[in-house]
Amino acid sequence: MQTLFIVAILALGFLITFQIAKASEYVAVLRGEERARKQSNKVNAFMLLAFLIIGLIGVYYCNEKLKGKILGDPASDHGVLIDRMLYITIIITFIVFVITQVGLFWFAYKYQHSEDRKAFYYPHNNKLELIWTVIPAITLTVLVGFGIFYWYKITGEAPKNAMQIEIVGSQFKWEFRYPGRDGIIGKKYYKNINGDNPLGQIWDDAANHDDIYVAGEPMHLVINKPVKLIIGAKDVIHDVGLPHFRMKMDAVPGTPTTMWFTPTKTTAQMKKETNNPDFVYEISCDQMCGKGHWSMRGEIVVETQEEFDAWMAQQKPKYYAVFPDKDPSKPKTDTAVKAAVAMAGAQ
Amino acid sequence: MSEATHIHPGSVGHEVAHDDHHHGHHEQSFITKYIFSQDHKTIGKQFLITGIIWAIVGGLFSVLFRLQLGFPGQSFPILETFFGHWAKGGTIQPEFYYALVTMHGTVLVFFVLTAGLSGTFANLLIPLQVGARDMASPFMNMLSYWFFFMASIVMISSLFIQTGPASGGWTVYPPLSALGQASDGSKLGMDLWIVAMALFVVSSLLGGLNYIATILNMRTKGMSMTRLPLTIWALFFTAVLGVLSFPVLLSGLILLLFDRNLGTSFYLSDIVVAGEVLPNEGGSAILFQHLFWFLGHPEVYIILLPAMGMVSEILSVNSRKPIFGYMAMLGSLFAIAILAFLVWAHHMFVTGLNPFLGSVFVLLTLLIAVPSAIKVFNWLTTLWRGNIRLFPSTLFAIGFVSLFISGGLTGIFLGNSTIDIHLHDTMFVVAHFHIVMGVASMFGMFAGVYHWFPKMFGRYLNATLGYVHFWVTMIGSYLIFWPMHYEGLAGMPRRYLDKSIWKSFNQFGDLDKMITVVSIIVFAVQLMFVFNFFYSIFKGRKVTSTNPWGANTLEWTTPINPGHGNWEGEIPEVHRWAYDYGKDGREFIPQTEPVGANESKH
Ligand code: HEM
Ligand SMILES: [Cu+2]
Ligand SMILES: [Cu+2]
Repeated sequence: MQTLFIVAILALGFLITFQIAKASEYVAVLRGEERARKQSNKVNAFMLLAFLIIGLIGVYYCNEKLKGKILGDPASDHGVLIDRMLYITIIITFIVFVITQVGLFWFAYKYQHSEDRKAFYYPHNNKLELIWTVIPAITLTVLVGFGIFYWYKITGEAPKNAMQIEIVGSQFKWEFRYPGRDGIIGKKYYKNINGDNPLGQIWDDAANHDDIYVAGEPMHLVINKPVKLIIGAKDVIHDVGLPHFRMKMDAVPGTPTTMWFTPTKTTAQMKKETNNPDFVYEISCDQMCGKGHWSMRGEIVVETQEEFDAWMAQQKPKYYAVFPDKDPSKPKTDTAVKAAVAMAGAQ
Repeated sequence: MSEATHIHPGSVGHEVAHDDHHHGHHEQSFITKYIFSQDHKTIGKQFLITGIIWAIVGGLFSVLFRLQLGFPGQSFPILETFFGHWAKGGTIQPEFYYALVTMHGTVLVFFVLTAGLSGTFANLLIPLQVGARDMASPFMNMLSYWFFFMASIVMISSLFIQTGPASGGWTVYPPLSALGQASDGSKLGMDLWIVAMALFVVSSLLGGLNYIATILNMRTKGMSMTRLPLTIWALFFTAVLGVLSFPVLLSGLILLLFDRNLGTSFYLSDIVVAGEVLPNEGGSAILFQHLFWFLGHPEVYIILLPAMGMVSEILSVNSRKPIFGYMAMLGSLFAIAILAFLVWAHHMFVTGLNPFLGSVFVLLTLLIAVPSAIKVFNWLTTLWRGNIRLFPSTLFAIGFVSLFISGGLTGIFLGNSTIDIHLHDTMFVVAHFHIVMGVASMFGMFAGVYHWFPKMFGRYLNATLGYVHFWVTMIGSYLIFWPMHYEGLAGMPRRYLDKSIWKSFNQFGDLDKMITVVSIIVFAVQLMFVFNFFYSIFKGRKVTSTNPWGANTLEWTTPINPGHGNWEGEIPEVHRWAYDYGKDGREFIPQTEPVGANESKH
């Protein structure tokens, strides 16, 4: 019903416009085309000027209305650099934007057709053209300079003390792996992936024995401690997007990627700062990955070292879940041994 | 050969030249005149009308998915009536949403703004403006249209199959596009997409080679390269870009076809999809992105350059002033064409690309802004102290410049890899390329249609409808795409059909509603333009003089309704460049007028 109503209104509006348009053409023929043309020229010239003025006001209004909705201060050290680069660029481009748009619409208005004016024959001026080649070139050099400087900082080697975490995307979820006490993420091979071994860890690699697998709950990070994410994907390309940290990196099956940053605000701090008790750091998938792409959501908790250690203490290596008899905290039982043997046989 | 006024049907390869240039003899059948025509003007119209139909389809898709974005989860029962299980309960299902987005992008980028735009205006303008009776090979030219037509048929047929059309985005990145298990759209629909695009590439090559050959070899006497109107230069560079980059896309797609159907592993490695462990190892998913963007980036200029050329021409004609800095305009076109090949990896800054390589691409990418800036300043100076006639064509040309500025400037954000880390694959990118490529090129196309419609059909488009069309589209485009940048600055990813489960991106509900409502209005006004177009072909006001705009270029020396062969007598000789407007107190001096003894030099 509603749809029909909208269609009817559009059709009516169209009919009216068309009648007016046709009538104005007849009138033009009657009154002399030249006069009609002059009149519409005036109207449109005025409209161009009005568009410029209202448009610039609109740009201001839009900014006032929406600037509060973009994510606030960055929550990582790299984010600070990225925002700084962003604001430098906004300032420079905004100046160019205003100058050129004002010039464009103002000229179109000012030099609208008039009998009294003769167009100025002005085919070229090498000096002018040189000026507006050199000025953009210099401006861009500055932007490129800053950009590449920050870029190398952000994409350079992670600090030695960085904590390593693996993050793996698959349709349409995120899984994490912590290196455990040895600080080494164990080797994996995709053909080992099955229900008990979601990442395909190679159990022969001792580095795997203490690795902590986490899924279905947030990734935990420590404030002010650099973190290096080892990023992978199982099926199609995904992308680890961390809008609050201003970071992003593709997750590509077959080709691991990495990214590092240092979170600078705990989740608790952010709740206070944003006056939002429900605040969470979110992981968004930014690369089209199938019908659930829009819902591929993960969470991150940034906390103090103590909180992190307390959380970590509760986690159990995946290895023990697969080979319960190897778990020192569990007494050996017959069934567990049998299960382990069966598992090993299946490998 | 160059004097061939009529080309017989079925005379493939050995066209018959006639010495007589009388009018209206040799009755052509309807089929050879309007369907399998080898007249470049008719082929141009075929491209245009097919392009318009595609634009309606592609535009309608965007209205549908905007409904979902503006009113997520709301039920529109009418959708279920039309689309059945794709819109179960009247809400657009995710598979359907992604199919719509993918087809929207594919259709508008390739079928409308590549074929519809270059196909139309290269065909119409190249022979007319360089002074040739037709293309170098009218037959290949005809084939170019019919390959495009076949591509269209195959692409459309993919909409009607059980598993639906391709749905992995217009960039069709594998492994998603390679694995049927990963998405319904990657089943048969994807094969059809590849076949359609392969046909499209063939069409584009046949057309492009023809355009290049015609411009290089078939210029009339006196038409040196530096006397060519900028439209022709732009179309020339467009064709060169297409000829050099489309084959790379084709090769990338063929490898994809192999991966899909023959078990090869070009793009596939280490994959477990839907619980199934695939045997493929050693491929690289990123390889496809390199191949794709090696076309993809030039492609955006293939779309933009014709618009730039037409805008230059139209602004000059209607300011009654020469284009400012012809050589600089030419140089910047050339620079853009070269650089277009050297920046593709700026679409891949966060794929794990080597950071050093990334920085090289930052440099090259931001270099493109220099020729772009030159063009903008030269357009502004062309308007400066002109005597501007604001026809719908002029307004669209001015709108083009405004949009090109806005969208070009956001390119400087994205080209800077540091900022791109945050903005990549967000709504900011969507806003950027719609403004600078989508809407701007559409504006160039509209400007061209309003300007050359009298040449195509011997009638005018209704100007009042043209003004309404311009103003609603101009205001609407900014309302739709300007605020969208803020969504991107907030980090909102592209291709999210519902943000309600997100805490970081769900604050833009009202904005999304507004955008959807405006899109519907803008779409309706485009339908009004289409109506104006077809109505005016038959009922528009008749053109009464051969040169209604008072322009210098050669197409306005032909009869109002030129036959095949364009000029009735000899092809006119050219004595000057195309931009002598307002010189020595004369409003315009056609290219065919010899240089007078006392004429001032410029
Ligand atoms: C100053 C000039 C420009 C620069 C520096 C620039 C830079 C960029 C960059 C870096 C991206 C990738 C962003 C991302 O995915 O993260 C991009 C995307 C895009 N640009 Fe531009 N651009 C410029 C002008 C243009 C022009 C003139 C066009 C078209 C005529 C264009 C069309 C596109 C398209 C279609 C995309 C998105 C492709 C996709 O991912 O679907 N850009 N631009
Ligand atoms: Cu995704
Ligand atoms: Cu690009």
